[in-house]
Amino acid sequence: MSEAQAQMSEDDADLAAAAGGASIRTAVVTTGGDYSSPYPDQVLENVLENVLIFLTSRRDRNAVSLVCKSWYRAEALTRSEIYIGNCYSVSPRRAAERFRRVRSVVLKGKPRFADFSLMPPDWGAHFAPWVIEMAEAYRGLEKLYLKRMNVTDDDLAVMARSFGNFRELVLVCCEGFGTAGLAVVASKCRQLRVFDLIEAEVSDDDEVDWLSCFPESGTCLESLIFDCVEFPINFDALENLVARSRSLKKLRVNRFVNLEQLHRLMILAPQLTDLGTGSFSPQDHPIDQEPDLVSAFTACRSLVSLSGFRETVPDYLPAVYPVCANITSLNFSYANITADELKPVIRNCHKLQIFWVLDSVRDEGLQAVAATCKDLRELRVFPIDATEDNVGPVSDVGLQAISEGCKKLESILYFCQQMTNAAVISMSNNCPDLVVFRLCIIGRYRPDHSTGEPMDEGFGAIVKNCKKLTRLAVSGLLTDKAFSYIGQYGKLVRTLSFAFAGDSDLGLKYVLEGCSKLEKLEIRDCPFGDSALRSGLHHYHNMRFLWMSTCRVTRQGCREIAQQIPRVIVEVFRWNQILEEGEKSDLVDTLYLYRSLEGPRADAPKFVNIL
Amino acid sequence: MNFEETELRLGLPGNISKLKSNIVNSGATNVNGKRGFAEAANVDLKLNLVSSKGDGEIVDQAAESEEIKNLLGGAGSTDSVVKPPAKAQVVGWPPVRSSYRKNIISLQKAATKKGDEENEKVMSSPMGATFVKVSLDGAPYLRKVDLKMYKSYQELSDALGNMFNSFTIGNCGSQGMMDFMNESRLMDLLNNSDYVPTYEDKDGDWMLVGDVPWEMFVGSCKRLRIMKGAEAIGLAPRAMEKCKNRT
Repeated sequence: MSEAQAQMSEDDADLAAAAGGASIRTAVVTTGGDYSSPYPDQVLENVLENVLIFLTSRRDRNAVSLVCKSWYRAEALTRSEIYIGNCYSVSPRRAAERFRRVRSVVLKGKPRFADFSLMPPDWGAHFAPWVIEMAEAYRGLEKLYLKRMNVTDDDLAVMARSFGNFRELVLVCCEGFGTAGLAVVASKCRQLRVFDLIEAEVSDDDEVDWLSCFPESGTCLESLIFDCVEFPINFDALENLVARSRSLKKLRVNRFVNLEQLHRLMILAPQLTDLGTGSFSPQDHPIDQEPDLVSAFTACRSLVSLSGFRETVPDYLPAVYPVCANITSLNFSYANITADELKPVIRNCHKLQIFWVLDSVRDEGLQAVAATCKDLRELRVFPIDATEDNVGPVSDVGLQAISEGCKKLESILYFCQQMTNAAVISMSNNCPDLVVFRLCIIGRYRPDHSTGEPMDEGFGAIVKNCKKLTRLAVSGLLTDKAFSYIGQYGKLVRTLSFAFAGDSDLGLKYVLEGCSKLEKLEIRDCPFGDSALRSGLHHYHNMRFLWMSTCRVTRQGCREIAQQIPRVIVEVFRWNQILEEGEKSDLVDTLYLYRSLEGPRADAPKFVNIL
Repeated sequence: MNFEETELRLGLPGNISKLKSNIVNSGATNVNGKRGFAEAANVDLKLNLVSSKGDGEIVDQAAESEEIKNLLGGAGSTDSVVKPPAKAQVVGWPPVRSSYRKNIISLQKAATKKGDEENEKVMSSPMGATFVKVSLDGAPYLRKVDLKMYKSYQELSDALGNMFNSFTIGNCGSQGMMDFMNESRLMDLLNNSDYVPTYEDKDGDWMLVGDVPWEMFVGSCKRLRIMKGAEAIGLAPRAMEKCKNRT
């Protein structure tokens, strides 16, 4: 279902007419003329508004807004959370004009490949124009969720100043701000309940002790997450903060908090449901005797989520045994532990649903997971060594074990050096609930290591057998056949990632012609060119974006697309190639294409060409 | 001097010197070695290795210089898989967030420091790169090498030799870079050859290359400078001291 903003374009012109229509209607009512039509409409609108308040799903709301103008209006007035998947698809002004009573905003900026250094810095996704507009239009704003946006300290200051009832700030993969910005939020947002920094890049240039800036008398904090902060914090201030935040349920500290300090925090907050354990290693020169971590963990009866373990000393892992039976989410993705160190922990985690781990645990560790965690829904296995190699610590053996043990699996992200079609097919058969399947064979173009065949059949089985699949990332040696399977069976797929795959334009054509629900397509280093690009012309306005880097698309090809579809912005960058004089290349480095109600953005940097 | 050979190219010393960022290259080559904005620790190589099922054309035809070794092995090979060379780094691959990788690198270092044998078994290849600047007296610009790419002084010597081959002005001739693997030849070499490799260690002192075991060198070398022999005389006494202490 296309996003709200698509409908806006069609109805924008109507909005003005509707406004005019409404006033005519009221005029009719007051003069006591023919009133058979307006009353039922008005009543219906009131009823609708009261009903719609309960409708939270944005896709449902988008459907509602398409019924007729009156429903469109009612929906616009009752939508309290707006979700903007691409900050450039709509301007802040336009959003604020349609949705006037918004209390929560989700705003996403850069596409995902920006996380992997494929996007030049200063590309855009600035929060500033949004916060300025919202400061005027949404004074009652309570929640803000930003992902991959560029947020400055000034933006945070405007935010803190403008929203008196502000409650929740979640910044995911954002950058551009520092401790000064955090300090302003901490001190000014007195109603703050959620303050989450997730994988954000926070600069320490200002060296402001932001943890000391929270209200002295006590806070309403329920969630404080700062495990991504890469510099030391004032621990005494943190301890004091935890002591005076009686509602605190989630606390994830960074790696500059050692075991002794963690112990002190846990004593103060046994009510925690979610704990990020920091470094999980003792301080360098322990003064006192070892803290009684086991008691501290035992006291946390409500703990269901554990993470951190940034510099784990495995000797201390047994301290978590008391909570294993209850935890549903465990993040060991920074813990460099072996299978033997994992086993005693995992064998108690019967209720585990979400598990993130480093491949240091090897296939053996994954087998242990498969043996115990029958309720597992999400698994992520990260590589400790990301260089391409022949053999790695996890392989098809681990994947096979997981597929046999964890039949309720819904989401998997698996990094490995080699894989077999058989294991992938096995997973497709054993785990019918799979919604997200992301397999990253680090060795590029690697075939099935036991048969030498391409990985086509494995991925084909996934799209064929996993009927609920909406997100797929492929890797390994793949021919156009794999793409034909995806196009043929991936009818519900919304997000696709391709890298170093495919033989020819046909591959991309199969996908663009077959996957009717496709919304996000990210491609790098595949041999797809203009002809393939053209085959998606019918569909681009239904997508959030298309990213193609280091493929065979030419400037001319991109220009054609830009000319043929209105309301789709075609950005082309050339940022790592400097041509010699007289050298001509028509090939484009990166193509980033997205639908938008606005024209080309004004804040594009020099290396971006908007066609 | 062949100026094309002195063109600044970014690449692994002795391996590739030309970057391509498109699989089929119709003339666009990255001749300027300017890096993109990849982090300092990553060499910004975009190696596009095609399984030549669709297209046999792999190499840029304009690659003329001897310096450029074709990374892809036989051009136009019809083998189904072209394996990337070990340890080649491709920007943004695998798709792990760079901040996460930085954390994992320091995690590995901490683990090996603690001397945990088991951990060392798990991590078979050292992760992370150790890039140091290499300057050659008289050369117009510096290079950077990843010391972790080499296992011995000999390998480094060869690589540096290849890298700066075209720069040797004057009568370096066949001696080129000194063979600094053999410590006992230090004094002889100092007297004979024109160029002497030196390095700045963690303490900020300038030392002669070749004194300490290779692993120790990799751990303590901060930058390399290949000096004209005459200037290196001042370092000789220190080297002699160390030689004396050894024997």
